[in-house]
Amino acid sequence: MTQATEVLSPTSADEAVAQFGDGSGVTVIGGGTIVVPEITYGRRSPTKALLLGRAGLDTLSFDGATVTVGAGLPVHRLSELAQDVEALAQCALNVADYEIRRQGTVGGNVCAGAAEDAPRGDLQGPFLALEATARSAGAGGETSEPLENFLAHREDRLLLELAFEKPGASAFAALEYPHTHEYTVLAVTGVRTQGGETRLAATGVAGHGTRLRSAEAAASDPEAAGKASLGDVTLGDDALASAWYRERALPVLVRRVLAKLGEAA
Amino acid sequence: MNLTVNGVAREIESAPLTTLLDVLREELGVTSPKAGCEQGGCGACTVLVDGEPQRACLTAVGAIDGAEVATVEGMGAVESLSAIQQAFTHHYAAQCGFCTSGMLVAADAYLQRGGTDDREAIQEALAGHVCRCTGYVKIIDAVAAVARGDEFDLTVTAASPGMTNLGGVQ
Repeated sequence: MTQATEVLSPTSADEAVAQFGDGSGVTVIGGGTIVVPEITYGRRSPTKALLLGRAGLDTLSFDGATVTVGAGLPVHRLSELAQDVEALAQCALNVADYEIRRQGTVGGNVCAGAAEDAPRGDLQGPFLALEATARSAGAGGETSEPLENFLAHREDRLLLELAFEKPGASAFAALEYPHTHEYTVLAVTGVRTQGGETRLAATGVAGHGTRLRSAEAAASDPEAAGKASLGDVTLGDDALASAWYRERALPVLVRRVLAKLGEAA
Repeated sequence: MNLTVNGVAREIESAPLTTLLDVLREELGVTSPKAGCEQGGCGACTVLVDGEPQRACLTAVGAIDGAEVATVEGMGAVESLSAIQQAFTHHYAAQCGFCTSGMLVAADAYLQRGGTDDREAIQEALAGHVCRCTGYVKIIDAVAAVARGDEFDLTVTAASPGMTNLGGVQ
């Protein structure tokens, strides 16, 4: 195995930001569940690696209005938000298995690059529907921007935290697909804001998580919203499901999420 | 770097991005964690890191410098098997044995955190562990038996409540 010539293990967020610099040539390792096997299989050969496990980014706070999630938070700890952000907690519990949820981090999951064999980035959907703000570091310094913008250049940035307003209600529905592992093959998250706005987002679609804005516009008619959602996404084939199958499943999940939001009203 | 492996302090010479699995097997000669898929999908490499089950193949050793690592080698000896090892023996819960180390570690951790004999809860706890012999029924039987506090006669193999068409093999 090719080894990094430089391996850094920052002990604070500030140190991590300084060591990340402009991100050039830096391989960030959070929990390791995605990056370490890529190194093992020779798909990555880091020259500079940043191990974030001791950087103090495993924070979770809720002041009654705003939830702030550190990028180093283990995925399983999102289940602590079950009372206030049910969809996010449900999505987290749908990620992989007991051990992976404890090792994998929120930042690693959200920043995961696209893979050809199975979808990644389970948590992108709920955070998109929550209109989370991503605070990150890299070239040009620290910035805060909508997650939707951040996802487009996530591989160049060091994600520090995600923040969002507590929703009025939220719902999550995933394609139940028997498999030896709990991959999120396709999932939809719905959020009703405190102001009554409905937002929808999907994961398991091509590229990365995607807001379903056409479906949102038709949210008062779940049947129409389900059909409209197909115009918001590009669907792909992978080892777990075909685009054909996803095309038939996505409208169903949209309808289920809208039904759950309706029940919560 | 330093690790405490099964209670013994060890100095690690491998590079920081070496997986814990390679460190255990290749540098320290601790071979109960198995190299299966080496991408986190099979569970055969699972060990305890500071008391929590973790995939050794996904763990860069530099990320756990100073940690306590426990494997099946530290669980029990041939003449003094732990309860979960006795249960796996009595319930014939190992066939080829390749998944067994990871299963034992994860099952023991489940029981240590107060896991019950509820079969769905056991399935959830072991969901990341693939048995290529598909011997899941007997594995779950064994974990449930320890959760109930059963005692095990290692001279006989138990009948499986999950396999009603088969009797126990004497």
